Amino acid sequence: MPNKKMAIIATKGTLDWAYPPFILASTAAALGYEVQIFCTFYGLQLLKKKLKLSVSPLGNPGMPMPMGMDKWFPIIGTALPGMQMIMTAMMKAKMKKKGIASVEELRSICIEADVKLIACQMTVDLFDFKNSDLLDDIDYAGAATFLEFAGDTDINLYI
Amino acid sequence: MTEFNQKLDATGLNCPLPILKAKKQLNSLTSGEILYIVATDSGSAKDFDAFCKQTGHALLDSNEADGKYHFYIQKA
Repeated sequence: MPNKKMAIIATKGTLDWAYPPFILASTAAALGYEVQIFCTFYGLQLLKKKLKLSVSPLGNPGMPMPMGMDKWFPIIGTALPGMQMIMTAMMKAKMKKKGIASVEELRSICIEADVKLIACQMTVDLFDFKNSDLLDDIDYAGAATFLEFAGDTDINLYI
Repeated sequence: MTEFNQKLDATGLNCPLPILKAKKQLNSLTSGEILYIVATDSGSAKDFDAFCKQTGHALLDSNEADGKYHFYIQKA
């Protein structure tokens, strides 16, 4: 029975958007899928050696807030200095409390499970990222190369 | 209490860690051996069902006791 395949295009670089690609990839790999994640634009943040992912309440009306704050906290308050840092810290603390794996942990599980991580060469050049800032064991490729794999998959996701 | 060869304590771990850790540990078992998993994640019952269907390992038993979920998986 041929292996099922999954391709993920990861375009976002915030803490909340980092989870879906790594959770789906690691779980699919556990179920026997061959998985590749193509990181482009802000998705490149997920490939940095030292992850520095944040989440912002600004312009994020879907984000649940503690203490019913989403009902009375003025939107302009979310732009206050330090708010992003506080919300990021609170979210990370909540995840730890609920036994949810960190992005680092999920990423290493993915790598262990032979999930292929690919950096979009074009956006690496665009943002002047250095290869030394990104993980050592990743591939660098363009859209055409990725589409060769993606065209043959059972599941194709754009995150 | 069913017999088992290895135990995985996945209590306190949430999706997808119970499945991922089970997969890793199953790699170290030989065919026919049984892995006993204890988890607290309420989604794990369905997850392990799907996991076994996809991977071909046998879910010998799955039950809930003292607020924890118990699974017995036999390696294919």
